[in-house]
Parts: sequence; C-alpha cells; structure tokens
Amino acid sequence: MQKRLAYSLPDEVLEHVFSFIQSDKDRNAVSAVCKSWYEIERWCRRKIFVGNCYAVSPGMVIRRFPEVRSVELKGKPHFADFNLVPDGWGGYVLPWIAEMAGAYPWLEAIRLKRMVVTDESLELIAKSFKNFKVLVLSSCEGFSTDGLAAIAASCKNLRELDLRESDVDDLSGHWLSNFPETYTSMVSLNISCLGSDEVSISALERLVSRCPNLRSLRLNRAVPLDKIANILRLAPQLIEFGTGAYSAELRSDVFSNLAGAFSNCKELKSLSGFWDVVPDYLPAIYSVCSRLTSLNLSYATIQSPDLLKLVSHCPSLQRLLVLDYIEDSGLEALASNCKDLQELRVFPSDPFGVEPNASLTEQGLVAVSLGCPKLQSVLYFCRRMSNAALVTIAKNRPNLTRFRLCIIEPRTADYLTLEPFDIGFGAIVEHCKDLRRLSLSGLLTDLVFEYIGTYAKKLEMLSVAFAGDSDLGLHYVLSGCKSLRKLEIRDCPFGDKALLANASKLETMRSLWMSSCSVSYGACKLLGQKMPKLNAEVIDERGPPGSRPESCPVEKLYIYRSVAGPRFDMPPFVWTMNEDSTLRLS
Amino acid sequence: MSTPLEHDYIGLSETSSWERSSEKTPSSSSSTPSIEHKTTTDTRLNLKETELRLGLPGSHSPDRKLPLFGKDLECNDKSNGFAVSPLKNLVSGAKRGFSDAIDAPNGKWGFPMNGKSDVDLAKGPVLAISRAVLEGKNNLPAMKEVGAVSLSPKPIQDKKNHVPPANEHSNGPASKAQVVGWPPIRSFRKNTMASNSAKNSDDAVGCLYVKVSMDGAPYLRKVDLKTYKNYMELSSALEKMFSCFSIGQCRSGGLPVRDGFSESRLMDLLHGSEYVLTYEDKDDDWMLIGDVPWEMFIESCTRLRIMKGSEAVGLAPRAMEKCKNQK
Repeated sequence: MQKRLAYSLPDEVLEHVFSFIQSDKDRNAVSAVCKSWYEIERWCRRKIFVGNCYAVSPGMVIRRFPEVRSVELKGKPHFADFNLVPDGWGGYVLPWIAEMAGAYPWLEAIRLKRMVVTDESLELIAKSFKNFKVLVLSSCEGFSTDGLAAIAASCKNLRELDLRESDVDDLSGHWLSNFPETYTSMVSLNISCLGSDEVSISALERLVSRCPNLRSLRLNRAVPLDKIANILRLAPQLIEFGTGAYSAELRSDVFSNLAGAFSNCKELKSLSGFWDVVPDYLPAIYSVCSRLTSLNLSYATIQSPDLLKLVSHCPSLQRLLVLDYIEDSGLEALASNCKDLQELRVFPSDPFGVEPNASLTEQGLVAVSLGCPKLQSVLYFCRRMSNAALVTIAKNRPNLTRFRLCIIEPRTADYLTLEPFDIGFGAIVEHCKDLRRLSLSGLLTDLVFEYIGTYAKKLEMLSVAFAGDSDLGLHYVLSGCKSLRKLEIRDCPFGDKALLANASKLETMRSLWMSSCSVSYGACKLLGQKMPKLNAEVIDERGPPGSRPESCPVEKLYIYRSVAGPRFDMPPFVWTMNEDSTLRLS
Repeated sequence: MSTPLEHDYIGLSETSSWERSSEKTPSSSSSTPSIEHKTTTDTRLNLKETELRLGLPGSHSPDRKLPLFGKDLECNDKSNGFAVSPLKNLVSGAKRGFSDAIDAPNGKWGFPMNGKSDVDLAKGPVLAISRAVLEGKNNLPAMKEVGAVSLSPKPIQDKKNHVPPANEHSNGPASKAQVVGWPPIRSFRKNTMASNSAKNSDDAVGCLYVKVSMDGAPYLRKVDLKTYKNYMELSSALEKMFSCFSIGQCRSGGLPVRDGFSESRLMDLLHGSEYVLTYEDKDDDWMLIGDVPWEMFIESCTRLRIMKGSEAVGLAPRAMEKCKNQK
C-alpha cells in the first residue's frame, strides 16, 4: 500500500508542489526521480537557463519543455570580453528566437549574455511575444537602435529593458519615442552602454514621468548633469539610479537643485554612472549616502581624497566598484567605515602605463580583508603583491567565494621575496573553502596548481594566464577540482598530455578555453574523435590546421560538452574536430 | 639540502599508470599540513604519484604516445609561438605571449635557491622539473639528467619585479607593447578610459578599437588602430582578415587551400578597382584612407569600411586618383 503512494498523488498536486521549486538544479533533480515526475516536471517548468547556447539545440529544449516563460542563454566564452575571440565566432540568437517564436507564444523574458543579437532578432521578439516583459542583453552586440525602436513600439507590457555593457550601433536617438504614450509599465531601464547622442532627453523625461513603477534607471554618458535633477524629481521612487556624465560648470543653483532632487529619493540604494566627475558636485549625493548599499564609481576619475570622503559617508555599503585612485588610504577608510561590505572591485585607471598611476598596493586589499567581515567577492587590479599579503587575506577572509586578482604585469613575482605566488594563492584555496571563482596572476609555477587541485574542491571557475611550467599544472587542476565547470587558460605551457589524460573530465564541465598554449592539432583531433559528447573547436586565423604539421600547436581551442553535436554556423577560422568533419580538413 | 629528485618526467620507463581519482590528496597524513609548512617529502610524493601518462582513460596501451612536448616543437611555421626568436611577436599585440615564457631571459626563473626555508626546498624538485621541460624541448634524452640538477641561482638585477622583454621594443618609457586581451579589461571600459586619458594628456596610451565592415561580408570585425604604425600595416592586416570573404568559401570540400589565404588576390582587389578602404571621421564624413598623415588619421577615424570601388565614386576624386597610383 505504501509503495504505491507515489502513483496515487494526482498530477496537479505534484505540479503544485513542484511550483515551489525554482532552482534549476533542484528541478533537474526532481525530473530524475522517475518517469512520471520527469513528465510532470517538464510540462510545468517555466524557466530555463542554457549556460552555453551550443550545448543544446533550441528544438531539443522546446521538445522537452513546452511551456517555458523565461529563457536565459549565454553565448561566447568569457575571454571574448577581452577580445580573444575573433568577431564572427558565433553565438547567434536568431535561431533560438525563430524557433521560440512559434513554440513559446507566451514567452515573457529573454536574458542573453555575450550573444550576437541582430535587429532582425529584436524585431522578431517584438512581434512574436504578446506578453513580453523582460529583455536583458548583457555584453551583446550586433544590433542597433532600430531594433530597440521595434521593441519599444510593440512590447506593451515591457517591464525591463537592460542593455548592460552591450555594443549598440548608434543610428538614431529617437528610438525612445517609440514607446507609445499609452505605455506605462517600465520598471527597469538600463541604457548606460549607449554612446553619445543616442537618447532624446525629452523622450526620456516623458517616459519616466508616465511610468510610476520605475525603480531602476541607468542613463548613458550623454545625459548631462543639469538634466538629472529633473529626471529624479519625476521618479522619486527610484531604488537604483545611474547618472550620465557627472560634470558641469560649478553653479550653486544647479548644485542645490541636484542635491534637493537626490534627497527627495528616499528609497535610493544604488548609484552608478559618474563619468567625468567634477568633485565639487559629489556632495549633492550625500543625503542618500547613508542608505547606499551599492556604489559604482568605476568610471569616476576622481582622486583619493574625494573618494575617501565619499566612502566615509556610506556606512551601509555592500558593493563598491572603484578605480585605483582610491588608493590604499581610501581602502583603509573603507575598511573602517563599511562593515557590511560584501563585494569590492578595484579597476586600473591606467592599465597600459608602465609606472603606477596611483598609490594602490596590496596593502589596501589586506586592510579591507581585515576590516570587512562579510567580504565575499573581490576583483582587484594592482601592480604589486606579496605572498605574505595573500596569506593574510586568506586567513582574514575564509568566507571569500570569488577572488580575482590581476597583477597587471604578467609573471610579476612577490615584490618582497621575488618568489612566485604559489604559496599565496595556495593559502587562498586552502583557507577559503567555499571559493567558487578564482583568477590567478603573477609569477606562478606548477605548484600553485597542485594546491588548487588539492584544496579548491568547490571551485567552479578558474582563469589562468601566463602561469605554470608544464602539463602537470593542468593535470592537477583537471584531476583535483571536483566542482570545476569552467576553465579558461591563456599563454600557459600546457599541452597535449594533461588534456588527453583528463579527457573525460571535460564532459563534466561546461567548457574549456585554451589559447596560446601548446595543444597540438593532433591532440585536438583525437579529442574530437574520441569524445563524441564534446565539441572541440579550433580557432586559428592562420588558416586550416591541416595545412601545418599535426604537432603544431593550435592558436585557440574551445571545448565544450554538447548534446547537439557540432554546430553549423562556424566562420572560416573555426574548425570542428569531430569525426565526420575531419574529412574536410585534409 | 635534500637529495635532488631524479624524476623521469615523461614516464617513458614506468609501467604503472597513476590514478586519476580526485579523492586522493598528495598529503597522505591525517591532517592536511598548512601550505606554508609543506615539507619536501610531501612534494616528492606528489610528483611520483601524479606522474603523467599519455592516452585517454581506458585507452589500450600505456605506452601509447602522442608527439611529445619537447620533440615536436621544431615546426617551421613562423607564426608558431615556439619560434626561437622570443621577442619579435610582442610588438603588434601578439597572441604568443607564451613564447617568451620559454625563451625569455632567465631572469624570470631566477628564484633565490639558497636553501633558506622549507618552502624553498619544497619548490626545488618542482622547479627542476620545469627546467627539465624547458631544456628537454630541444634535446629529449637529456631530460633524465637535467631532472637531477638543482637550479643555479640567477641573480636578480634589481629590486623591481621583472622587466618584461617587451620593453626592448618600446618606443619610450611611457609606452609598451601590449599583449592582446591583457590586462583583462572589457572593451567598454578600455574605450571609456581611452577617451578620458585623451582629454587629460597628449599621448593617449591604450587602444582604439574601431569596427571594420566590408561590403558583402556577413559580419563586422574590430581592429585596434593603435597596433599599427602606418597605413601599410593596417592595410595588410585588413587584407588578411577579410581575404576569406573575397575568395568565397575557404573550407568547402574540394577547394584547394593555398598558402595561408590568397593574399595576393585580395591585394589585387584592393588596389584595383574592386574595393577601396574608406573610413568615417569624427564629422561623420566618409573619406578615403591614405589622404591624411597616419597620426591624424587614427585621431579622427571612428570606423572603417571596405567599400566596393563603384560606391566610392562620390568620394574625393583627387584622392581616388592618388589611391590608384599608389603601389
């Protein structure tokens, strides 16, 4: 009698239970329990996340999950952010939109990262999904303001339009006017990536004034400072706001107008933008500083004293993005003032200069690690570092989950001992047991990889550049890091042996990127032929790899697991290593 | 000082294969020793246990070997990162930053090996291996002996961190050759800061990415104008980039592949009447490339377009003429 309980619950009851389960991982687990649960679950899954758009085909997704309302896709590998992936590589969203247009007429949300989105795709979205609500294009490219105009004109229920860091072709600033006068549902608008003159201020003001639910507004650089006050007064309910260029001639009326407008926004928690900052205008935001939890000053080229003052006004800060102008002294002030700090990102103001631009060293990071007990996520660009500092940071902050250190000059050694940073990063992985993401830099031998393989059992993403001595390094990582999903490597002496010996590990990962390493064409072919569940792609702009000896290293290699087989949209400089296509290569 | 480990890195004579189980940690003692106090013994154990074998898991013969790391680097391909001249690739945003890891002045490998601490000793065998790999690159059988030799300490020239070889090619102390994609900063940020520094100083160091479109090509490319010194370099780079479009499918079954791409053909196309190189300047006008001095060009150019000759008729005729007369 008890055994049959599972079969006695009606489908609707199970479906109702499943509706409380939102995370993908849990949903996947539910669907693996038994065939009937698989069936029920697939009909009621509403959100899907595809971490690599080539891992599966749109058709497969649609066949399994017929009632999806929200889709999230990621395209190019992460190193595409740094121009390591040549244009035309792929990541086109159009095939997905085209199939979903027919299969998911009630689709509400599309979130894309590093994908190529064309105006045609945007137009198709605009006309295919009647209840479309959310469009997030993160680091995407290939579209223009014409596509945005189509979205604005047709998506009556649009709530969220977020273009964060996308590359948009500027054709006309008037696309905002395409939102009809009857449109009032905007909740979140992020146009901070748009270039100059791409937005009509009056259209923007009209839009803001008729959207009472607007909570997040991030403007682009072209919006002048003297327009900000008016916009803020139209939307005092804002929680997140991104300014445009924060500079104007200093005038007391403009200043007081601005300060008044800011103080009117009682719920403002997050500020960003701040291009071209004139320090004298910074006090205009003091009234909101005590409530601020997130502050992005990473484009603000203001000097340390002004930054220090500003930061001292923000005791509730949880997230700070800033340039190295903050210097060690500013970070020390941060450490003593901002006890809730969880995330810190310090960017270089002059990354290509040979000499340091600002007095920012390892000391600043050590201070923050000591003073901020909740610090979890770090991205830090600096010019010098020591193992002692890293060990201290590791011991101070065992709760770190993301640690990305970029010592600007490749292969820089510990400035105190002139040794590699094996010990320092080793301490990080040893003490920070929940570390999920790590980026290495500086002088590093195979030893650091041994430590990583030994200790970093929760590590999911690892970025490596100019490090290691031999295949052992790669082998340690592939054989030791149980939770590894994404591995990206550039300019390291890793070759065939470690890769081939750990080939099956690659099926447990999302992807592996290796560029300027020593993996031979022969090894790539072998991988492609022996591992049908992996797509091994060689990117080589020198011409077909078959025109060179098999032992010659390939320029770039991108391997990812896929149930869709090799793709068909590769440009001429990308070759697939899978069996049936190797015939083409000879 | 402990006995230097003679380690057979390639594993040519070993018959036992190692385990790839990730549960197995190198420190087999009950408590994991903290990293700062790792001993030599642990490291020695590690190396033995993690000796690499070739072949895929479950693959047949333990002796199956692929071309070995050291032996096969004598490719004659010039653009292969293992070319003997280590420094030349760094000038124009090379993808082969790695080459100077192998061949660069030994200063980079100069760890002070004066047996100061356990930590140093622990690193000893590992470093010996790395040297073995480096040196074995050209002379495989010597690897076994090299494994036994401890590193001779390399003097550290100055207190500063190592000087990258790139500096030898730099034009002055303020500029240096850049490695593509390093430091890892997104284009959006780089472009924003480039325009900041241009306002603040005369020589805007950094990069200048502009889009390049070619009539008929399926997608845009982006080039960093700062990586070229003159029109010739830009033009040949563009030829390489777009030649695959002009000769149609590079990779269809029966098409014979010539050396690299058919650059000569595109050169003909570009210098003949079929295509011209044009650019859009800050005033949104389309101009022919080559009219103004290079410095002026990179300051005013916002995007490039490889236009069909017939469409370029509207552009300055004198410049057209000049273009045709150029070699």
